[in-house]
Amino acid sequence: MLEVEGLEASYGSFRVLSGVTLEVRPGEIVALLGPNGAGKTTLIRCIAGLLRPRAGAMRWEGWPLGQAEAHTVVERGVAVVPEGRRLFGSMSVEENLALGAFAPRARRGEASRLEGVYAIFPVLRERRRQLVRALSGGQQQMVAIGRALMADPRLLVLDEPSLGLAPRLVESIFGLLREINRGGVSILLVEQNVHAALALAHRGYILEAGRVAAEGQGSVLLNDAHVRRAYLGPLAR
Amino acid sequence: MTAFVQQMVLGLLIGGLYGLAAAGLSLVFGVLKVLNVAHGQLIMLGGYGAFWLGALAGFDPFAALTLVIPGALAFGAVLYWTLFAWVVRASEETRVKNSLLIGFGLALALDALAVRLWTADERSITTSYAGAVVSVGGIAIPLVRLASLVLAGALIGGVHLLLLRTRWGRAIRATAEDWEAALLTGIDVRRAYLLAFAIGTALAGAAGTLVSVGYSVSPSIGLEWTLKALVVVVLAGLGSMPGTFVGGLVLGLAEAAAAWGFGGPYREMVGLVLFFVVLVARPQGLFAR
Repeated sequence: MLEVEGLEASYGSFRVLSGVTLEVRPGEIVALLGPNGAGKTTLIRCIAGLLRPRAGAMRWEGWPLGQAEAHTVVERGVAVVPEGRRLFGSMSVEENLALGAFAPRARRGEASRLEGVYAIFPVLRERRRQLVRALSGGQQQMVAIGRALMADPRLLVLDEPSLGLAPRLVESIFGLLREINRGGVSILLVEQNVHAALALAHRGYILEAGRVAAEGQGSVLLNDAHVRRAYLGPLAR
Repeated sequence: MTAFVQQMVLGLLIGGLYGLAAAGLSLVFGVLKVLNVAHGQLIMLGGYGAFWLGALAGFDPFAALTLVIPGALAFGAVLYWTLFAWVVRASEETRVKNSLLIGFGLALALDALAVRLWTADERSITTSYAGAVVSVGGIAIPLVRLASLVLAGALIGGVHLLLLRTRWGRAIRATAEDWEAALLTGIDVRRAYLLAFAIGTALAGAAGTLVSVGYSVSPSIGLEWTLKALVVVVLAGLGSMPGTFVGGLVLGLAEAAAAWGFGGPYREMVGLVLFFVVLVARPQGLFAR
């Protein structure tokens, strides 16, 4: 479904990704883990069309992603929830959600999808007329995920949705991601919260210094000695 | 007292045009993050466009608006594609430098073109109703200027509604706020830039038409109008069309008050003082949210 092969990317002369290969299969939740600066966000920027890779190939349902204009990627069914949410703060919840359905394909069935988003996040219906910047962090994250769902994606890419949220909120957001996945949407989840992400994901990749350092099923990675030492700390049970 | 009120009324009337002149500059600056220093020249061209339509084809200047506005929209689109599309997505430093160079170059070229086409003389469109005045309690209100104020308000209100209610209006606002996030929602931001620039140029064209009928145009008015518009943009802040209109009215009133209180030469100074005071005390502008 999503195939990334030997992807290389850099900012100016600073190389961030040096040969990343990974895939997301239909219906999967895939976690992408790794320390700060490993290149996770850069990889997402490449997938989203915001950054041109230097080498390597990316295919989405057989369609080449690397040279695509960013706004056409959504149209093809890949929606990104960027790091820091990047909502339109001076607009209402409903306007943000409506913008999620901007792509021509997403406009069909916009009303019923809006109902679907309100069904997943009932609090957003109550707040629909409020300006987004007046919402709490958790509610803003819901708007960000809701905005991406409005594009009717087959692949949802999330960049650190747990950032800055209380643990209980993270739990409920991750629970909702599982629901969304059961509805037929594949998910690529970038996370620092290794435990929660691997518990949710079918498979995971560990990115280190621009390369895939480890990959495997969530439960296997969670028990991998290297992963435990590096990400869960010496006291990890 | 009557003299003062009379001055203030005239200030309010030209203030509407300041608002209209600034609305286009504000839209382009807010969305493309490019300060078009040739905006005043676009106003000047709008004025000559209406003048030509009147002199060559006998158009009433207000009726000429129906041709000047679509013409300016198309001209704006061409200007965007040929000159400004190259710089909008450049890094901030390159964008600022290059867009200023392009803007000043365009301004000089249009100034020279206007002298060639229309000579350096001041022109004004004289209509049969040019001298019509309504008198309210001893205060004379020139009808043409009153109509211009109303039209300026209506045009700004129209663009405001366009931005607020339409699909592409919302896309333009989203692009202004965060162009990368706009791309991620599937907005073709280059088209949003194009639309914003074209609409901004159309507003300039309309402003120029109204200037040519209530006041006068000459090839050298461009810089003056760019500065007036810039003062209003700083005064009002970015992001609010109604705020920009009110900002224009405030500048018009302030100029009239300065001219009445300190003498005519101070009219041109008060805008720069306001510019300075607002930048120091409230750099986001009076009406920015």
